[in-house]
Amino acid sequence: MSSVTAHDTAGAKPRTTGGPTAQAPASAHPRLSRRHREWVAAGLFLAPDALGLLVFVAIPMVLSVVLSLFQVSGFGSYQWVGLGNYDRMFHDPLFWQSMKITGIYVVVLVPVLFCLSLALGLLVKQKLPGVGAYRTALFLPYVISLVVVGVLWKFMLDDQVGVVNKAMRAAGFGGASWLGSPGLALASVIAVMTWVMMGYYMIIFLAGLQEIPQEYYEAARIDGASAWRSFRSITWPLLRPTSFFVLLMSTVAAITGGLDLLFVLTKGGPANGTSLAIFYIYQQAFTFGEYGYASAMGTFLVLIMVVFAGVIFKVTKGGRFDDGE
Amino acid sequence: MASDVATGGVKVRGAGNSGSIGRTSRIWLTVLAIVVSLVSVFPVLWMVDSAFKTRSTVTDGRLIPKDFTFQNFVDVFTQVPFARFLWNSFFVSAVITVVSLFFHSMAAYALARLRFPGREKIFGLIFSTLLVTPPVVLIPLFVVARELHLLNSYAGLIIPAIFNAFGIFLLRQFYLGLPKELEEAAIVDGCGHRRVYWNIVLPMSRPILSALAVFFFLANWNAFVWPLVSTNDQSLTVIQLGIASFATQAASNWNYILAAATVAALPMLVLFFVFQRQIVESIKTSGLK
Repeated sequence: MSSVTAHDTAGAKPRTTGGPTAQAPASAHPRLSRRHREWVAAGLFLAPDALGLLVFVAIPMVLSVVLSLFQVSGFGSYQWVGLGNYDRMFHDPLFWQSMKITGIYVVVLVPVLFCLSLALGLLVKQKLPGVGAYRTALFLPYVISLVVVGVLWKFMLDDQVGVVNKAMRAAGFGGASWLGSPGLALASVIAVMTWVMMGYYMIIFLAGLQEIPQEYYEAARIDGASAWRSFRSITWPLLRPTSFFVLLMSTVAAITGGLDLLFVLTKGGPANGTSLAIFYIYQQAFTFGEYGYASAMGTFLVLIMVVFAGVIFKVTKGGRFDDGE
Repeated sequence: MASDVATGGVKVRGAGNSGSIGRTSRIWLTVLAIVVSLVSVFPVLWMVDSAFKTRSTVTDGRLIPKDFTFQNFVDVFTQVPFARFLWNSFFVSAVITVVSLFFHSMAAYALARLRFPGREKIFGLIFSTLLVTPPVVLIPLFVVARELHLLNSYAGLIIPAIFNAFGIFLLRQFYLGLPKELEEAAIVDGCGHRRVYWNIVLPMSRPILSALAVFFFLANWNAFVWPLVSTNDQSLTVIQLGIASFATQAASNWNYILAAATVAALPMLVLFFVFQRQIVESIKTSGLK
């Protein structure tokens, strides 16, 4: 701000939305009004991110639909097939199996994660001795990469040498083949994902809980309300924006995430039992080179996700999720 | 670890509701909290613990290693170019973090403060890209990167990872909450928008930038899928990729695999204990609005 005096002709006026009367400042951009200078500045500030998002997010999104109409073989030869890939998709039993597994995965993981992280949020909101340590401990798994998580749990869940089975045998239960049968493997993936993510959503819930004015609880207590009653009448309704945010995030993450974990922990097996849609799509594209077909399935998955998100947004309406200005 | 753990991640706000629960239930809740915390931490401890065991004792199921050894780490670093993998991850994550914070704060400042036609529409468009999660556009992104000759290069690892609406969104929320007076005074004094951004807005956003920096670095250090798809040159291998392929090669040499996994996880664990306030704060901001 040292050269503040250098150019200050435009200075006298208070900053308004700039009517046509706004006079041009003296230096630098003699022909531009203050308002237009603001436009230029905004354009320049936005340019890098706008360009990047266009090239690496928006164009790929459109391209995904375009690619889905082609059969792509090897590197770079495209053949128009129209809706052929979608037709193939609707008749591909493996795709529908992967969708079914994704459905089970989402329907189990999202509510489990929701309830558990809300419960943990409520727990670590209490003024317990050492509460900071519990928050740290519960959040810790989230900072570890899913690759390392996969490696680690593969070790822990191993049939023979895994510590889980060792502990179970020591306690008198027979061990189980945690990653060896399709159903159990899917349950294991869900359990591992819950372990990783619960601390993250716990923190989000904790933030939401701390926003609720303490006086409400005091008042409820004076009126003789039970803990359950004040949860139902105060916490739950006031936590709604947070709840829906968690719901949205975890649903999107469940449908499209977890590829890294599957890649290391189960490779989609056994017998495709943990082959979630996103994994099947990955395989079709990068193992079999079926970019067109994989894009068709990817586009379909996005469509489903948009529907889900739309429903969740609809319900959040009136919340303060996107408060604009 | 212990001393850091005790300070905790989050400051307790307000009076808490210590009065609303009785002494007995507080004891039970504390016991419950200790139990779930142990369950949460145990696998990580088990990994670090097992990394110090020998080939013959790694699967013995003991918590305290019978013969404590550093040899796994030495072997892992001499057999596999892990130092190179770590450097690649560090370099890529650091560049992504710095560049994206710079770009995102510029964009967010424009969206929060500058007035121009179509601002809300542009923000809406940017916001809507949040729904396009990376795994879903993996294939077309791969095609785009191939056309731009970005495959198998640092640029290819870095550039596509810079652009995400999440950072823009959080920073915009932050700027909306900042008092405008200082900026307005500067503008009245004739400062250009570039100077206002550089001399006023950037210094004021230091807290949120440092929080996001830790978060971005962590996310990119842990990234796996894009590096897997976009590189196959060993000199470009990032640590997560290195661990995944090493885990396949080393088959059941769990002592080596876990030592490697510990090496990959350690920087993030350290970062977490040092910056947990920032990480937790950035997550909390993301959830609130």
